Amino acid sequence: MSWDQLTPLLWQAAGETAFMVLITLLVGGFLGLALGLGLYLTRPGNLLGNRFVFAVLNLAVNVVRPIPFIIFLVALGPLTRAVIGSTIGIEAFTFAMCFMATFVFARLVEQNLVSIDPGVVEAARAMGASPFRIVRTVLVPEALAPLILGYTFLFVGVLDMSAIGGYLGAGGLGDFAIVQGYRQYDWAVTAVVVVIIVLIVQAVQWLGNILARRALRR
Amino acid sequence: MPAATGAAAGSIVRFEGASKVFPGRGRGAEVRAVDEVTLDIREGEIFGVIGQSGAGKSTLVRLINALERTTGGDVVVDGVALGALNEARLRPVRAGIGMVFQQFNLLASRTVAGNVAYPLEVAGWSRSRREARVAELLDFVGLAEKAGVHPSALSGGQKQRVGIARALATNPRILLADEATSALDPETTRDVLNLLQRVNRELGVTVVVITHEMDVVRSICHRVAVMDRGRVVEVGEAYQVFSAPAHDITRRFVATALRDRPSPEVLERLRARHTGHIVTVGVDEVAGSSAVLTRTLREHGVDGTVVFGGITEVAERPYGSLTVELVGDPAAVEAAVVALRAVTWVDDHGTAARPHEVTTGDVVPFDEPAADPAGRPNLGAPRRPRLGGGLFGGPTGYTEGNEL
Repeated sequence: MSWDQLTPLLWQAAGETAFMVLITLLVGGFLGLALGLGLYLTRPGNLLGNRFVFAVLNLAVNVVRPIPFIIFLVALGPLTRAVIGSTIGIEAFTFAMCFMATFVFARLVEQNLVSIDPGVVEAARAMGASPFRIVRTVLVPEALAPLILGYTFLFVGVLDMSAIGGYLGAGGLGDFAIVQGYRQYDWAVTAVVVVIIVLIVQAVQWLGNILARRALRR
Repeated sequence: MPAATGAAAGSIVRFEGASKVFPGRGRGAEVRAVDEVTLDIREGEIFGVIGQSGAGKSTLVRLINALERTTGGDVVVDGVALGALNEARLRPVRAGIGMVFQQFNLLASRTVAGNVAYPLEVAGWSRSRREARVAELLDFVGLAEKAGVHPSALSGGQKQRVGIARALATNPRILLADEATSALDPETTRDVLNLLQRVNRELGVTVVVITHEMDVVRSICHRVAVMDRGRVVEVGEAYQVFSAPAHDITRRFVATALRDRPSPEVLERLRARHTGHIVTVGVDEVAGSSAVLTRTLREHGVDGTVVFGGITEVAERPYGSLTVELVGDPAAVEAAVVALRAVTWVDDHGTAARPHEVTTGDVVPFDEPAADPAGRPNLGAPRRPRLGGGLFGGPTGYTEGNEL
């Protein structure tokens, strides 16, 4: 195929990738932050220390995270069908991505929160702050810079996940590179997609670094 | 409603057989961090809690604002028994008690003004009232020009002043200071202690100070409690506790600050330099001042040269000792020593030629008859018996060789 024919397909693939990645970053970022805070807060000895809840959350994160995404997609099938109504298509694929991203980001969030000096949390408690206020005014602001870098890291991971969208017929840049490049023996197409992805990752990392540095400038 | 207990008049914090037992980790034994402590802290005083690390000081103080909950007994703060309150009900109690920390615990993400405003936000103050109060507080601690700066740009002493401003923001009646000066250099420590003293005097805030530094207790505390393995082993007026320590831990503690008595090594060097009769004479409020020493020596025609020692203050009263070389007719020297013994304690180290071995603080028998003890004027109260000696010292105000 000529680039005249390929270009609109490339744009469509880019749009699909943007959809998958942005939805996942939004949903997975939010739920991951919540789950990560849950892990941190319920750890025995912390603000809402609860051995049982912590054990359940910790186990869930440890079980889900190491599963290779392509296998996770299949394993999640029944749940995906129950929620989305289908196991294929861009919605079904994005659902699985949100699921995995939540668990990946939860661990990143927890690890960044652990590095906060427990002394400042104690000081806030001593001033009569409630746990919710401490999350909002101490934990998140104090860990903002590493949280931004963690979120940037999540972006790269999510973009990586989106590359196998074609497996469930979700399209995207990865699918375009395989269908229009690899299977047509058209290495130029594959190379163009690789360059585009590298450029996107570079741009996002650059932005993340700037924001994190700004958050650290104290 | 929180259960109100009739607090003793003047008592603002009362421990009633309060205990805190931490469960052991794994197979470890449980830890009795605070063990059935009964104690009253009076309104308006600066109360010191001293003890070695691990003695339970920090836990004891955290029972006052319920950062740690009692596992036995109770703590009554301002008439409110904390044991009966749940976490949500404790928050307003905590908001009424300021706390200052060793590591300052300031929010790095907020400016100085933002840190001081934090407890006001928690207490629901309006923005305009917050701004006015923050300005007032920063002025009080002398950091008005640092309002917009982040804590990382401040020195340790400045950080602690921000910590104190923050702790005072909501006009608490009690201020807890957990090793507030332990991370600071001596000069900054003095600034922060002066500030705590101002807080106590000018604002009438009851201050509870945890410390392992004797200088802190020495310079600002009215009363102290000495802790050892979770128990309060001694409590009382700072001056009394330190001039006549009753418990071994207190004695050991006071000895750490001992700097006015010559050690055996110092004594050896003193004897090498000074051939006269060397004595160490106690100076405190009860026994008398160095003026009495000077007068006594003059009356006996003995020359005295201060060769070591120092006088400092405990609870704002003089305390210390002077080591003096006495030169004169041997009989007159003996008589002068006897006369001094009537007023204060004296450690007689003898002369370089005839040294006396003394253990600091012990009652030393005078092994040669005094030439003429009769007819000497009684210069004050007879010497009080001392347990272990008044070992409380400080930086020496005098150095060797000052002529009396």
